[in-house]
Amino acid sequence: MLHRFANPARFLRIAAVVQPWCAAICALALAAGLYVAFFASPPDYQQGETVRIMYVHVPAAWMALFAYAAIALAAAVGLIWRHPLAFVAAGAAAPIGAAFTAICLATGSLWGKPMWGTWWVWDARLTSVLVLLFLYLGLIALRHAFDDSDRGERAAAVLALVGAVNLPIIKFSVDWWNTLHQPASVVKIGGPTIHPAMLTPLLLMAAGFMLFFVVVLLIRIRSELLARRLRALRLAQAHAAEPAAATRGPVLG
Amino acid sequence: MTRKRRRLTIVLLGMLALGGATALVLAAFEDNLVFFYSPTDIATKPVPKDRRLRVGGIVVDGSLQRERDGVTVAFVLTDLATTLPVRYKGVLPDLFREGQGIVAQGRLGTDGTFAADEVLAKHDENYMPPEVANALRKSGQWKGEGAR
Repeated sequence: MLHRFANPARFLRIAAVVQPWCAAICALALAAGLYVAFFASPPDYQQGETVRIMYVHVPAAWMALFAYAAIALAAAVGLIWRHPLAFVAAGAAAPIGAAFTAICLATGSLWGKPMWGTWWVWDARLTSVLVLLFLYLGLIALRHAFDDSDRGERAAAVLALVGAVNLPIIKFSVDWWNTLHQPASVVKIGGPTIHPAMLTPLLLMAAGFMLFFVVVLLIRIRSELLARRLRALRLAQAHAAEPAAATRGPVLG
Repeated sequence: MTRKRRRLTIVLLGMLALGGATALVLAAFEDNLVFFYSPTDIATKPVPKDRRLRVGGIVVDGSLQRERDGVTVAFVLTDLATTLPVRYKGVLPDLFREGQGIVAQGRLGTDGTFAADEVLAKHDENYMPPEVANALRKSGQWKGEGAR
């Protein structure tokens, strides 16, 4: 089953069909989500209009965690079953996840100043999300730190698995320790403690963010696969034209 | 197939060991990972009296008093078991109000009063429009902060 989609050529065919649909629904969800978030939803009884920051902050935080979980899963699949697409997908997802994490931290800081009275505190939730950002940056750096890209991918995959222990820490930090950050409102035992009028824009934005992730991920995987094919073709061409020149590197023009 | 299975076992055992080690480390550092102490912690645990520390709790209804200079405030923090008087000079955050959770940073004085130099408001996990909050308060269904 997994092997069916691990074939790069078949993946490219499927991705070419799926991507425009995802992009269209993503645009619709983001447009509707932003409209409801800014114009068609009430202010909060405590936070006033500042609550609208949450409609970007929370989906970004969810996607930061989701992207990392996806990377860790792909890393495990790549390490164990050596699927040709797994490391490509993991590498393609890392910068997107890093961007979501940065958005989450920036918007959280903007919310924290008026509400808590501070841009930043070193509580368990905020610190563990900052560690997540550094993990993402480490994945990107480690992947490109080797001349041999296979070894870089392997090393980054191990780091991705090691860093996965941070995910439950982030999720449950607000329950295990007392933090300045509030506990979960949506995904919790006993149902959400957020009014439906505010849950609607939040879920619309979350759907938009998820589809945005899928679309950008597909674009990045496709371009990486095409770049690899191009490299292979050029190499083969160089070998065919002048076998001795191929050892000097890619100097075709 | 056996090599794949061996790699799967290695990865699973590795994750298990890593998770166990992390859990042990976090359990060992438990006291250093809390962002603030509660008034009960201050009263019962050996908290450092000479260092800056944070205390979190709910501002007791009716306890907020402004002193004559207009910037110094005194209020009482509670965790519904123990109370702690706090004095603070400075600007209070928007969400600061009686019945609201806050975190104060400062030193514990010899007279048992906490001298705060920073006060942060803690937001709870409830989000709702103002009309809904008012309706809940009127009907006596209120379970948010300030409920007694």
